[in-house]
Amino acid sequence: MEGIQSAAQQMTSWLATGRVLFLLIHLLGVACFFYIVAMRLVPLIRGQRDFRFDQPFVRLGRVLKFWLGQWKHPRYRTAGTIHIFIFAGFIVLAMRAFSVLIVGVSQNFVMPGLSGRAGPIYDIITDYAATIVFLCMVIAVIRRLVFKPARYAVPARYGKAHTADAIFLLSLIAILMVADSLFAAAKAAAQSQPGQSVEVLAAFSLPWMLQKALVSTALPTLGMLYFGAYLVHELTFYFLLCYRPFGIQFHVETSLFNIYFAKLDREILKPVRWGVSDEHLDQVKSFGVKTFEDFTWKHMLDFYSCADCGRCSDNCPANAVGRPLSPRFITIKARDYNFQHYPVLGRVNNGTALVGSIYSEDEIWSCTTCGACEAECPLLVEYIDKIVDLRRGMVDDGNVPQSLQKPLKALESRGNPYGKMEKKKADWANAKEFQQICPVKTLGKNNGADALYFVDSITSYDDRMQAIGRATAKILNHVGENFGILGAAEKDSGHEVRRFGEETLFMALRDHNVDAIKASGVRRIVTADPHAYNALKHDYKDVPPVEHISQVIAREVKAGKIKFNPVENENSVYAYHDPCYLGRHNQIYDDPRDVLDAIPGLKRVEMTRSRDRSFCCGGGGLMLFYEPKEDERMGVKRVKMAAEAGANVMVTACPFCMVNIEDAIKVAGLEGKMTAIDLAELVDQQIARESQ
Amino acid sequence: MEILVCARRVPDTSENEIQLNSAGDDIERDELVYSINEADNYAVEEALQIVARVGGNVTVATVGGEDDEEILRREMAMGANHGVMISDEAFSGSDGRGIATILKAFVQKGHYDLILTGIQAEDGGAQVGGMLAALLDYPFASLVNSIEVLEGKKLKVSREIAGGNKEMNEIDLPCVLSIQTGINEPRYVGMKGIRQVASVPIPTFSASDLGLGANAVGEAAAKVKRVDYFVPALGKGAEILRGTREENINKVLELVAAKGGLK
Repeated sequence: MEGIQSAAQQMTSWLATGRVLFLLIHLLGVACFFYIVAMRLVPLIRGQRDFRFDQPFVRLGRVLKFWLGQWKHPRYRTAGTIHIFIFAGFIVLAMRAFSVLIVGVSQNFVMPGLSGRAGPIYDIITDYAATIVFLCMVIAVIRRLVFKPARYAVPARYGKAHTADAIFLLSLIAILMVADSLFAAAKAAAQSQPGQSVEVLAAFSLPWMLQKALVSTALPTLGMLYFGAYLVHELTFYFLLCYRPFGIQFHVETSLFNIYFAKLDREILKPVRWGVSDEHLDQVKSFGVKTFEDFTWKHMLDFYSCADCGRCSDNCPANAVGRPLSPRFITIKARDYNFQHYPVLGRVNNGTALVGSIYSEDEIWSCTTCGACEAECPLLVEYIDKIVDLRRGMVDDGNVPQSLQKPLKALESRGNPYGKMEKKKADWANAKEFQQICPVKTLGKNNGADALYFVDSITSYDDRMQAIGRATAKILNHVGENFGILGAAEKDSGHEVRRFGEETLFMALRDHNVDAIKASGVRRIVTADPHAYNALKHDYKDVPPVEHISQVIAREVKAGKIKFNPVENENSVYAYHDPCYLGRHNQIYDDPRDVLDAIPGLKRVEMTRSRDRSFCCGGGGLMLFYEPKEDERMGVKRVKMAAEAGANVMVTACPFCMVNIEDAIKVAGLEGKMTAIDLAELVDQQIARESQ
Repeated sequence: MEILVCARRVPDTSENEIQLNSAGDDIERDELVYSINEADNYAVEEALQIVARVGGNVTVATVGGEDDEEILRREMAMGANHGVMISDEAFSGSDGRGIATILKAFVQKGHYDLILTGIQAEDGGAQVGGMLAALLDYPFASLVNSIEVLEGKKLKVSREIAGGNKEMNEIDLPCVLSIQTGINEPRYVGMKGIRQVASVPIPTFSASDLGLGANAVGEAAAKVKRVDYFVPALGKGAEILRGTREENINKVLELVAAKGGLK
């Protein structure tokens, strides 16, 4: 017994000689950390309001799912798995780190709850945790240096590669794990000197291996190792703690809060100013984000929380086609700017306008708001609201590309971006031949209906898309829906007007349409345009419930009201392209697929990028007028993906997708090999009508 | 620099389907939407950019009626300091010289260093700028597509010559310039901006305010009168080349060369 005590006591007494030093480092480390964090909070306090304090239980649930549960990580199998191990290791080791830190000052400290049998079990778990984290660091460094995943690369226009910093941080964590293990191993080795009882270390763990190596080392040397390991551990721990707020690893601290405060209703666009109602918006002098302080505090927290993993940009269609936009660098550039603008030491610098300095105009206009970045981000960083806010700022300053000014002006005077006459809005439905097979009534005082078919601008005025309108009307007619259209009284839904930052014009369009819809007395709204669907569902208030035509068709197919003739061409292979505002923004993935699968003999394949990883066709609404700088069209990439999947018919459910995909088929030289059809058109074509 | 921009409200050609009225003497105006004449909008933008560089004020004036106020508000939302309405029943039926006479009277009420007009009104004849300069006895430069402010009350302006060449001219202030579209990229005017200037008062000048007699302006004084308005008959349609790609390329080269487009 005495022998054991003497070895253990001796180790403890050696450690005790550093007590003052350790205490000093503790105090210094903690003080530095809190000072740095306080400085990092300064911009958040100066930022705009952002209401994120409601529904605490929902938010906690999301913390469990996305933070503790690491929900989005496995979307990238290798990196995600490694991260889950590191994250789990950190969670396990957090308590150990605390108790080790305290041991330096109070040598006999034992963490409450770990004094009994739980202690050795916890030790074994932490031994393995440290080993796994260490191995993960080695793997991560190898990935960075040898395999170099493309998404980590930094294009020259965004500055230097982040590899060195990443490896530096990974190494520090590895050192921390080794020091921690050595600390345990040295003590265990001392105790396992001949004649002493052996402390159990987890077999094949890092401490276990170190202990095996140290077993014959003399006691004084072990003491020095014990002391040294402690010192290295403590210094590394505090260095990391204080260094993390200067870079990507700050997410270790901020991720929990970032996920707790993440936006709950992603479909709803951020208001111009939180806490300012539409009626009082006229009193807001400046709209949108112009300087850094115009971001909300949560958006600033997003900047701190980004882990630079590059998943957003890896999925961003704008980035894929070489537009000057990479969501990852929207964040990284804002963070770097913030670090310079709010230095930890010294005074706050004078701010500059963000667009024109860290962001270019084209960068901000390049986004199609498809939402691929947000669907991917493991830390739930928000992008669309920031892009829209930056656009609001540019619109407020009159900084709008000439190509967009005309359609915006036309929307203001004519209610559609093409500048077409209001009285021609219902022309698509009024042709005599069409009225004979499918009468479509224009709703008015003496002409009511149960349902409104909200057509929106492109389907009303574009020659090609009018076919989608007619197919939709015929389907509604077939299922016996009592429906009508607003005709000249319908203005553009304003969906892209809002997303392009012209909030006041959007409000005018919305208010006009809401009045017209209410006056029509309908109880339901149907649309075949996902952008209109999204606007009516999320941007408008107090309008009847809205459905996309694919939902109506799916329901009527299930109810047996719609039956299909078999597909005639046996060589046709169909691929369904998820429109962003139907899929990602509204989670309508299955209805269109169920409809397709209900058509007898229809062969359907899935593209690799489908459902919430769908690849935007190029964007709708005003995006059709914007002239982006790009190497290739998004649509061209998309039709190639369909061809790769073995399809020769692309089915979509959005008129804007149709514009982009049909153009892209020509540009890609796939005419004759690939065709595009709208779901409504296909259904109309395949419906088994009684007369037939 | 005190800058006056003379602007006009016209039917927006991109947002209207222009048709003749039944009498055949004018276009059908019932369902038209109007906006500021495009070249005038470029002139206002140019004025704002000059003022941003050298200081001063921008005043936008229009000869018209109540309905024309919207373009003044739009240009004020764009950044113009003042909008002025020059309106009188006696003005109706004025020809180009009549409008220039009205504007001359207005210019002489104030102190403007520089007067800008658009190169031409979309429904007009590119007359007013030159006539206004002549009536004021000011120097005049037309088709201006860049302006540089020099020392000593001078400007350096350029205009495009047929064939794409540029000619640079120095011109003494005060002067009148007619502005070519493309001189700049006019800023966007959003609905918010227009709403914010919605209640700013716009002074109105009448014929008597400007000391103009009925015989100097209006229909009675007009010496140019519109006698007819018609839509020209459509000519032969475009020629569609229906050969192979190689044949079409050769044919296009041949056609372009025949018209002097290739040297």
